[in-house]
Amino acid sequence: MTEGAAVTPDGELKLLAQTCDALFGDHAGDHAGDHAGGRDGWWDERLWAALEEAGLPLISVPEVAGGSGGSLEHAAVVLTCAGEHAAMVPAAETALLGGWLLAEAGLPVPPGPLVAVRARVPAAGGAGAVSLTRVPGGWLVRGRLPRVGWGRVAGRVVVLAEAGGAELAVALGPGEVTAVPGANVAGEPRDDLIVDTVAGHAAVREVAVGTGQVLRLRAALARVLLISGAMGRALDLTVRYAGERQQFGRSLGSFQAIQQQVAELAAETAAVRAAADAAVRRCTGDGCTGDSFASPGAWFAVASAKVQAARGATVAARIAHQVHGAIGFTQEHALRLSTTRLWAWRDEAGSPAEWADELGRHVLAGGPLWPVITERQGERRG
Amino acid sequence: MIALVPPVTPLPEETAELRAQVREFIAGELAAGRFAPACDSWHAGWDEDFSRRLGTRGWLGMTIPVGYGGQGRSALERYVVTEELLAAGAPVAAHWIADRQTAPALLRYGTERQKERYLPGIARGECYVALGLSEPDAGSDLAGVRTRAAKVPGGWELTGTKVWTTGGHHAHVITVLARSGPADGRNRRAGLSQFIVNLPDPAVRVRPIRLLSGEHHFNEVVLDGVFIPDDMVLGEPGEGWRQVTAELAFERSGPERFLSTFPLLDCLVRQLAEQSAAAGPADAIALGEIVARVWTLRQMSLAVAGALARGDAPEVAAALVKDLGTRLENEVIDVARRLARVEAAPAAPGLPGLLAGAVMYSPGFTLRGGTNEILRGVVARALGLR
Repeated sequence: MTEGAAVTPDGELKLLAQTCDALFGDHAGDHAGDHAGGRDGWWDERLWAALEEAGLPLISVPEVAGGSGGSLEHAAVVLTCAGEHAAMVPAAETALLGGWLLAEAGLPVPPGPLVAVRARVPAAGGAGAVSLTRVPGGWLVRGRLPRVGWGRVAGRVVVLAEAGGAELAVALGPGEVTAVPGANVAGEPRDDLIVDTVAGHAAVREVAVGTGQVLRLRAALARVLLISGAMGRALDLTVRYAGERQQFGRSLGSFQAIQQQVAELAAETAAVRAAADAAVRRCTGDGCTGDSFASPGAWFAVASAKVQAARGATVAARIAHQVHGAIGFTQEHALRLSTTRLWAWRDEAGSPAEWADELGRHVLAGGPLWPVITERQGERRG
Repeated sequence: MIALVPPVTPLPEETAELRAQVREFIAGELAAGRFAPACDSWHAGWDEDFSRRLGTRGWLGMTIPVGYGGQGRSALERYVVTEELLAAGAPVAAHWIADRQTAPALLRYGTERQKERYLPGIARGECYVALGLSEPDAGSDLAGVRTRAAKVPGGWELTGTKVWTTGGHHAHVITVLARSGPADGRNRRAGLSQFIVNLPDPAVRVRPIRLLSGEHHFNEVVLDGVFIPDDMVLGEPGEGWRQVTAELAFERSGPERFLSTFPLLDCLVRQLAEQSAAAGPADAIALGEIVARVWTLRQMSLAVAGALARGDAPEVAAALVKDLGTRLENEVIDVARRLARVEAAPAAPGLPGLLAGAVMYSPGFTLRGGTNEILRGVVARALGLR
């Protein structure tokens, strides 16, 4: 990040937003036939190259670790924009997850798409279990990771797994995983990764206890930001369509029934924007560097924002389609790029029920509700 | 992308101390049995002693300059005090309009004499105000008010009827929006003025309009040729519409727009926590969803408060807060009914009583301060749809 002497932090974020908007916007047309039945497995390599040239994929990853520097607030601008433009690239996975975890573990951060996955301990069983066994020369890594976002294109898959009570980050190269292709309803890669390899000591690092929880929060916050952007786009498209489309001799938007619907879409979009904004601030470290994901307030903010974003995504997709009528329901219309992502992202990185359940249990165990909501539990009343 | 909501501004650190003081005060009041938490306490909780105690603490008229008896504190500090009181379901109705609406209006439009006369009493929690806006034929369509202000030597003579005038039977003052001049062609917003009417006045009749619960908060106020001297015009004659609507962003985005049923939610959580065996997974999820919503609305409301404190007028964001927040107030009722499995019982202690209050007050949430349909119209206009 270049820091112009006369640029304020707010001005810098605005500049970044403009840069992103131009970059992502330039490639918006590339989507033409990317969906199921179209170009299966396609991802936007041209956009990715442009992003790399601008140093954006590794934003918020410290420069000393090989990233582009910048804060979580900078990354939030990029990801919101990526969501808005339905960018077919692993921007969130690389900056907030893979790049971050490599840097956190002290492992090299290479260019290219990076993803991070938290594996379950084998004892817990079920899908997603990965076993780590010490063998001569390193660790035997064995297991199956289900529905890994962008798994097939990742230059590194960083697996966070437990072994002997410690959390270990294991960096795996493309040759060390076998991807069984899958997709979400937006056609984004969600691949099962089969791992059966020996990772050398140089690719394995112990990380601080609690890193797994931070990774989980980062994944959820990334989805919140993407959803916020996609809702903004769904709103823009809906407002434009309601203004242009004529029925009964007048524009759709002149009907009060439509106005009320669009206003509700705007309200939910604003709510998610505020929730995302607040969660990012809560998770950004002091002095705008580093982060504070490990604080209890961060967990509460991210969980709330994720629940809110899932609800907002649902309402936004419903209203946007209702106002667009049949055309919005076709492959040739751009609305699907936003709405299919809203449908996918609302349930990724922890379903809303999972996060709401956590929040509910916390509230039931945590004494009076108001101090929890205001994050001022030290000043609890009665 | 359309900008809908201002950036979230974190509350200044110094508000933490203030918040702690308010919590301590509330805990003391509750312990002494001086109030019981109630829903919609900013509309229904009339307690003049409580208002005076807040005034003594310096928690009313907080943004009024010290010279007029206020505290000269920031709007965000006032926000913190207000949200703490509302979350506790404290009886704040007596001073509510005066503190929220009238004091800022006087500071902005009032004459020196008006400020000196009313502001110190408002800050002490002793001067209460009612709003004379709606009329039998002018509700959402406020510019259709028919109350006439006829020019007479030395002042104005007001004739007309105001309705839904909350607290009019206790208030010391009613601020009346009246037609003082003709509309400017089709612009009905021209020719309206605001007047300060002191109560009681022999030419003003106040009659109760009871809520469906039988409670007396609303009134019909009949102005029968009441004389208002020139120096009791608020602001400029003919500027009434602009003055009344200028404060809407304050009125529509405050914590009272999503916390009216919070005491019910608080009680629900306490009850479920006590019988934790009864709270199954579905209960936790429903609770988590509503808590996330309350947290979100608070962030939105704070974002608007921050923008207002910077001197912006985020009218659309305020309308969005009120639309979402007042619907959330209703959602809280539904969650409470689903999880608590009790019957609403008016005046009963605990959850049944809070539920009854919330249910019976609920129609008002999405009506007062501009119906949600009107608010969505405001949003649609800002989006360019009308």
